[in-house]
Amino acid sequence: MTTLLALFNYWIVIILMMTGLYIMITRHNLIKKLIGLSIFQTAIFYFYISLGKVTGGSAPIIDPDVTTYSNPLPHVLILTAIVVGVATTAVGLALIVRIYDNTGSIEEDDIREHELSLIKDSEQRINKSSMNKTDQG
Amino acid sequence: MMQKHQQRHEVLQVISKLLIPFILLFALYVQFHGDFGPGGGFQAGVIFASAFILHGLIFGVTKTRKVLPAQALKTGMALGVLLYAGTGVASLFLGGNFLDYSVLAHDPLHGQHWGIFTIELGVGLTVTCVMIIMFYSFSLRVR
Amino acid sequence: MSAVVEMSVMEQVIHHLPALIIVLPLMIAPLCVIFRNRIVAWSLTAVTSGICAVIAACLLILVKNGAPIHYALGGWSSPSGIEYYIDISNALILLLVSSISTVVSVYSLHSVDQEIPREKHYLFYTAWLLCLTGALGIAITCDAFNVFVFLEISSLSTYLLIALGNERPHSFMASFRYLIMGSVGASFILLGIGFLYAATGTLNMQDLSERIPLVAESRTVIVAFAFITVGLLIKIAMFPVHNWLPNAYQYAPSAVSSFLAGTATKVSIYVLMRFMFDVFGTNYSFSQMLLSNVLMPLAVIGFILMSVVAIFQTDLRRLLAYSSIAQIGYIIAGVSMATQAGLSAAMIHIVNHGLIKSALFMATGCMLYRLGSVHIQSLRQLISSMPITVSAFAFGGISLIGLPLTAGFISKWNLITAALEKDWWWLAALILVSSILAVVYIGKVIQMTCFSPITTENNQSSGQVISEAPTLMWVSTWILLLASLYLGINSEDFVALTQQGANQVLGGFK
Repeated sequence: MTTLLALFNYWIVIILMMTGLYIMITRHNLIKKLIGLSIFQTAIFYFYISLGKVTGGSAPIIDPDVTTYSNPLPHVLILTAIVVGVATTAVGLALIVRIYDNTGSIEEDDIREHELSLIKDSEQRINKSSMNKTDQG
Repeated sequence: MMQKHQQRHEVLQVISKLLIPFILLFALYVQFHGDFGPGGGFQAGVIFASAFILHGLIFGVTKTRKVLPAQALKTGMALGVLLYAGTGVASLFLGGNFLDYSVLAHDPLHGQHWGIFTIELGVGLTVTCVMIIMFYSFSLRVR
Repeated sequence: MSAVVEMSVMEQVIHHLPALIIVLPLMIAPLCVIFRNRIVAWSLTAVTSGICAVIAACLLILVKNGAPIHYALGGWSSPSGIEYYIDISNALILLLVSSISTVVSVYSLHSVDQEIPREKHYLFYTAWLLCLTGALGIAITCDAFNVFVFLEISSLSTYLLIALGNERPHSFMASFRYLIMGSVGASFILLGIGFLYAATGTLNMQDLSERIPLVAESRTVIVAFAFITVGLLIKIAMFPVHNWLPNAYQYAPSAVSSFLAGTATKVSIYVLMRFMFDVFGTNYSFSQMLLSNVLMPLAVIGFILMSVVAIFQTDLRRLLAYSSIAQIGYIIAGVSMATQAGLSAAMIHIVNHGLIKSALFMATGCMLYRLGSVHIQSLRQLISSMPITVSAFAFGGISLIGLPLTAGFISKWNLITAALEKDWWWLAALILVSSILAVVYIGKVIQMTCFSPITTENNQSSGQVISEAPTLMWVSTWILLLASLYLGINSEDFVALTQQGANQVLGGFK
């Protein structure tokens, strides 16, 4: 029991990660999917950040009174990953806005229907024109 | 619409007018203190941008765009990356490896100092511009 | 550092080549934003890619004749700093990526002009250069976390490039689906790298390869292995997780699909090889983790099933996309043999398939440029109006099938030899079956373009006279095809080179 509690950071990571993954798989709303992705990425950020903690260590700023420091490297790494995550979310949201402009919906089912009808239309058009051509020939 | 908008938020406008200089100042502190303590370009850039985003939220984005046009931001964004990569290339020309700051000044310690300083400046510039552009492009959408 | 100062100028330039190949596109990208002119951006992109290709060729010659190159960024030596590492295998990848980028960016002038609004061109080329930076960076770096960073640079710019396609909302949805899948893949890789760091306390690949055997029994390393493998397989578009690729290749601007088809997945396959053989070690990956048992069945199902799916496609770009997934199956089959012959076959096929598939997508782009659609029905009797483009497609298709004297033949020959060397005759047989399937889907297109009954009068009567694609477009398509023809006819040096490269990959970091 104590070991389970002592590893609480990993439990949080796992719960968050599975939440994110579950949202991404089950939700059909694009924005919710993106939120799921963000939660999923955040879980990984937590994992890295908790990795850098050294028991009894202080913040890694050099000070004569302190002997043990936490490991700053994972924090630096995850700073980069956070920026990447923000960029991904921004690109995703921008795409969703454009998708909404084009289809009038952010529900995946509606969009798929819209896409399929467009594809069907164009196929019919192409078949028709090629039929015409062969008929004339 | 604009008039009504402004009247309704008079308290917020006055408060944010007071706040914005301090946000900018704090951003500069985070930026330039980055090589001694916690801080650096990423954080400073976001804080710096947040001042303009606050301005945009309270006074309307059109006014903010007069202060900072989107084209200027795009140029700033590119200049930041150039500053970053340029520092690296400068160290190449001075005889070090790419991004080897030690050769930038007469002794390695100063070189490292100057290197980090310019690199973080580049990062800060790019992050600020990108954050504000992101805010513009989402907030200017008209249904 | 003082040693660096004492070198002559020429030596210095050579010393800094590994950094220059990454920095150059990275620095030119913001310049495109500053100039804000489509022609300037286009020429900058083409010239930069060309210079990168020259640098990559120099690096390849250097590592072919000498030891692998280590380049410490910022002068911080290997375990603490980020290091670039170049041996034959990744010099080949660098050369492939940068030369495809050169040819396709030259090609892109007309097609981009047609597909994308002019005021966005400079941003298109900025994203292109960043994508190139990312792809080159993934191949060159020797730092596990740096791989993730470059992967995301190239992925984010790829999402933009795909979304710029003019078939809305399909392009947006394709890009969004790729964004979700790609980010999950990249996050898995990030998580795996985190576990590796937790287990070993280092991120440098060479350092990792030394420390992993000491903790190989721990569950942390096993989990890291699993996450990195799955993450990379998503990025590679390996069979069960390939779903993002057909849409992305179909709806991207034609220049972008040509560029991606030759580079994006290939670079990820290289990373997979690097991690499996060097970082984790051949013994760990293939004897303890039994990676072959996972990869081989998936690869085989992939190349059979996806070839069958390709036969039933009605859009040419989608057909080629499914064929790409099938070809990735061949490459992974070669990798999962974990022998020198298999690895060298995989490398040969990475290069050959990169060239051929880019050329095929470029030919398709030419058709799209003139016809406005590459639905299989609209290609009837195209040979009479666009002979050069159609013959380019046919030539590329024959090479894809793998008839003798073509590059495709060399890669299949090596793959089958490698399979027989392992006594996997069934694999050799299945590769032949899949080649026959390729004959069917390529044959379908050739039959439609060359032998379908429709006279040119009808074409004119429907009010549109179709002419040959712009010279720039078909010339650059043929350049790639001739390059692959050269590799097909004069293959001995190339095969020897990949064998040397395979030995280096199997031997670990030097």
